Amino acid sequence: MSDEKVTLKVTRYRPGLDVVPTMQSYTVPYRSDWVVLDALNYIKDQVDGTLSYRWSCRMGVCGSCGMMVNNVPMLTCAAFLRDYYPGEIRVEPLVNFPVIRDLVIDMSDFMTKLKSVKPWMIRDSEKPVSEGEYLQTPEQLDAYQQFTQCINCMLCYSACPVYGLEPEFLGPAAIALGYRYNMDSRDQGNKERESVIGGHDGVWQCTFIGECTEVCPKHVDPAAAIQRSKVNSTKEWFTSLLLPWGQR
Amino acid sequence: MAGNKTCEPFWWALFSAGGVVAAFLVPIHIVLVGFAVPLGWISDTGVLYQHWWVKAYLFVLISLPLYHWAHRFYFALNDMGLKPIRKPLAVFCYGGAVVGTFATIWILLRV
Amino acid sequence: MISPGPDKSKLYYPTMPATWWLRRRSYFLFMVRELSSVFIAIFLIVFLVQIYQLSEGQQSYTAFIQKLGSPGWITFHVVALFFAIYHTLTWFQSSSVVLQIKIGRQEIPRPVVMGIHIGAWIVASAVILVLFILLRS
Repeated sequence: MSDEKVTLKVTRYRPGLDVVPTMQSYTVPYRSDWVVLDALNYIKDQVDGTLSYRWSCRMGVCGSCGMMVNNVPMLTCAAFLRDYYPGEIRVEPLVNFPVIRDLVIDMSDFMTKLKSVKPWMIRDSEKPVSEGEYLQTPEQLDAYQQFTQCINCMLCYSACPVYGLEPEFLGPAAIALGYRYNMDSRDQGNKERESVIGGHDGVWQCTFIGECTEVCPKHVDPAAAIQRSKVNSTKEWFTSLLLPWGQR
Repeated sequence: MAGNKTCEPFWWALFSAGGVVAAFLVPIHIVLVGFAVPLGWISDTGVLYQHWWVKAYLFVLISLPLYHWAHRFYFALNDMGLKPIRKPLAVFCYGGAVVGTFATIWILLRV
Repeated sequence: MISPGPDKSKLYYPTMPATWWLRRRSYFLFMVRELSSVFIAIFLIVFLVQIYQLSEGQQSYTAFIQKLGSPGWITFHVVALFFAIYHTLTWFQSSSVVLQIKIGRQEIPRPVVMGIHIGAWIVASAVILVLFILLRS
């Protein structure tokens, strides 16, 4: 067992005690197969039990462990120490979110926005069970499948400067999930989502910087969802303007 | 869906059209106007610009990218910290594009 | 039972500096892309002013063209051309994200879509160049 060490500089913020966050240095063993989450767990278990952070599955599917690692939003279970060693590693809470404590951020804004796009199947009428399942061709599945992969990790919100500048912005994940349902052939809820997705704080705040797609660990490509939503919203806007009949 | 209908799609459509025109046509025109004619590689008396169909082309070439500029510049200035004065900025940018459009029409009709 | 959530009065609210776009290469290149529209707009105004000179007579027109031959204006147009081409290439890159062209279940890959755009751009530029040379008098 080698004796190598690596230094982690971790944000500490104690609500009610600290006015601003500070950085605390920890020295942890370096293992080539460890990820930043392993290092944080080592700190919590062996060094400083007061450090607070979120994590769960440790394999990139739950979306809990998102943090800034050397200024890049990452899942700490996917950030290998060997990619940073021997340099020091800065671990900070996801930017653009209020900090509750240490590395834990307040995600209530995201939860509100997610709910506002109605990320569930909306139908005029349900098909009775006796009529069987909804059928989809492979092509119909292709239209939205990629956007179902979102794990709500919010790395895209940290990567998006617009969300940082305009806290009202709906944000990449919420729009991508709205788009996922809009593109699902079983869904009939486009009009219901339009005022939110096509509203002032929806897609129109996006200036297509594209960083959201760059950091997404599940290759959802929210930037594509947003730009395509802009096209759809524009078509819908001109259609309802020029052909006002047939409106609900 | 009544209520507060945003007019963003209108400006975005113009921004997109302007972006396409600028992307395909502006570089070659910079070569012609900025280098080829002034440096004498190709002579030009301007007679070409007096044909109506050339004027129609020039109207599209000049006015649409102004809306592309207006939309992009407005958002860029907002993102660089000028959000508090966004209403005067909107007037400057989108208003500027509209003024530019009328100036283009006026000049093309005079020539 | 829904938990009451964090005590909002004790949250730390980070601020975003106005120089945010200088902090990452990708953000900086984004801003360059946005500001390319300024150079395109200025060039088009210069072109419009040149066309205006025609209404003031042939001498005005020729004089204006001579002014454009000065080192200052040539420099401006070099810079403008750089930004215009940067706009063109980044625009085509954006277009390749938005456009989905499918053949059956296969989507045409984005680099191919971008290549098609560049090809069309070269053809369009050549057409304009040839038309200008043939029709200018």
